[in-house]
Amino acid sequence: MKRFIGFIQKEFYHIFRDKRSLFILFGMPIAQIMLFGFAITNEINNVDIAILDHSKDATTEEIINKISRSKYFSIKQMITRESEIEPTFQKGKIKAVLNFEKDFGKNLIVEESAKIQIITDATDPNTANAITNYINAILQNYQQSINKDIQLDYQIIPETRMVYNAELKSVFMFVPGVMTIILMLVSAMMTSISITREKELGTMEILLVSPLKPFQVIIGKVVPYIFLSIINAAVIVLLSIFIFKMPVEGSLFLLGAESVLFIITSLALGILISTIANTQQSAMMISLMGLMLPVILLSGFIFPISSMPVPLQIISNIIPAKWFIVIIKGIMLKGVGLPYIWKETLILIGMTVFFIVLSIKKYKIRLE
Amino acid sequence: MKAENVIEVNGLTKAFGDFKAVNAISFEVKKGEIFGFLGANGAGKTTAIKMLIGISRPTSGEAQVVGYDVFTHPESIKKNIGYMSQRFALYDDLTVNENITFFGGIYGLSRLKIREKRKQLIEELGLEDIANKLVGSLPLGWKQKLSFSVSLFHDPKIVFLDEPTGGVDPITRRQFWEMIYKAADRGTTIFVTTHYMDEAEYCDRVSIMVDGRIEALDTPKKLKQQFEVDSMNDVFLKLARNIE
Repeated sequence: MKRFIGFIQKEFYHIFRDKRSLFILFGMPIAQIMLFGFAITNEINNVDIAILDHSKDATTEEIINKISRSKYFSIKQMITRESEIEPTFQKGKIKAVLNFEKDFGKNLIVEESAKIQIITDATDPNTANAITNYINAILQNYQQSINKDIQLDYQIIPETRMVYNAELKSVFMFVPGVMTIILMLVSAMMTSISITREKELGTMEILLVSPLKPFQVIIGKVVPYIFLSIINAAVIVLLSIFIFKMPVEGSLFLLGAESVLFIITSLALGILISTIANTQQSAMMISLMGLMLPVILLSGFIFPISSMPVPLQIISNIIPAKWFIVIIKGIMLKGVGLPYIWKETLILIGMTVFFIVLSIKKYKIRLE
Repeated sequence: MKAENVIEVNGLTKAFGDFKAVNAISFEVKKGEIFGFLGANGAGKTTAIKMLIGISRPTSGEAQVVGYDVFTHPESIKKNIGYMSQRFALYDDLTVNENITFFGGIYGLSRLKIREKRKQLIEELGLEDIANKLVGSLPLGWKQKLSFSVSLFHDPKIVFLDEPTGGVDPITRRQFWEMIYKAADRGTTIFVTTHYMDEAEYCDRVSIMVDGRIEALDTPKKLKQQFEVDSMNDVFLKLARNIE
């Protein structure tokens, strides 16, 4: 045991003295989650829009004021005819036009229903979607405020109907994905690199000649990364809870336990890679190409699996990350417990055992 | 096994498919001896060493190292030997002190013992000023000496040196061999491979491997007489030529 502690201490020296691995370990998770949380979202700010108001009454004025007061839009142009819409878009600055029908205010009170057309520049579909959603939100908000004052059910009917706040939802989708990538990166890539490094330097030979058993060497190399990965998982969850207000509907304990399981799966993969690769370079390449790309493309993190061609859907089943994403989405967003995710959990356990057995076999062959 | 022998090898063979990297070699090494294990590149030296230090299983034959069988007790062998490979093998990103502590630790030495011996070693090598510097910043000669000292740190009965002086200057090589003599005087058996034939002259006995077999084994003096030449270099050349 004492030998073991010395070994782990040495591993930590390696990690803390290497600026690159320090950055990957602690800089990456925070940078990634911030990137996905803030930059790569459908959030909009100060979008230039134009208004075509056929009604010009108190109601439309109030709605326009409300829109211009929001930080999301700035009203750049008032147009008067439908024929002006097209040229406005063609100039490229204006991303949306709001078209209030004639007698908007009157219709709202008399007919209890009024129409507004939201036209968006869909050359950038994500932004167009977000704009529509935001304007809808503002309209609904206005609607609620007038319904509160008067006990009548006035309705503004926008032509598009979407669920409120796609922007927040995209963050919620990204968090499980980012967490998966980070855990994979830290656990699989970093361990495979650190093991192949010993091979490259020739220290692995010295370790194998020492009384330490091969499995002790491997476990000694892996244990520090288990600790660091757990810390990373915790940081990501905390960031998403406190900065992005992401809910954790399910049990935090279950989330932790499943994360540890996935960390072990990734470590097993890392060990397997290190039995194949002989240099740090090739370990890194195999990790990036063999692990990161499939995680990003095929795990359902960015592209929904259900909309992939069938062969890819089948391939996605062998990617551990896919199952982990299902699990954490379930726990964090739907609040489900083990009865709903036991199947995915079992698959991950099975994969882990498989990778470990395979690594042991490969390792033995190498020693012969 | 005779009492004075620390290595006894009989018909040891390692085959990879049809190719016999080591072909039925037999020899013994006495306690406290400096045994030179020579051979051209690819002659099978490293494969033979790997079998003796317990990280490669022989295909056939017998071998006992420090009284333990390489087939049945490789773990007991590992505890009692030291090893220094041809590639430099300390951690560059650990300090001198940390390296010594780590390698002492994996051989199961107690903290107290490590501290005591480490202090002694640092003084002996005159490394007091750089004990807390990273090994990566030391010149190669220093690293090699340190590496050798680390392989002796747990007082092994035999130390295996696989081309320990590759790439160092003649002065450092000279100093290195002084260290080897010192260790041998203390009763440690030295099993060393080298390319440098002048180093072969420093050994008590020398074996020369050609194509997986040991073709000659004796003291350097007797080998020179046997082959009627003046230097080990000529012995080596003559032997290699005869085989061809």
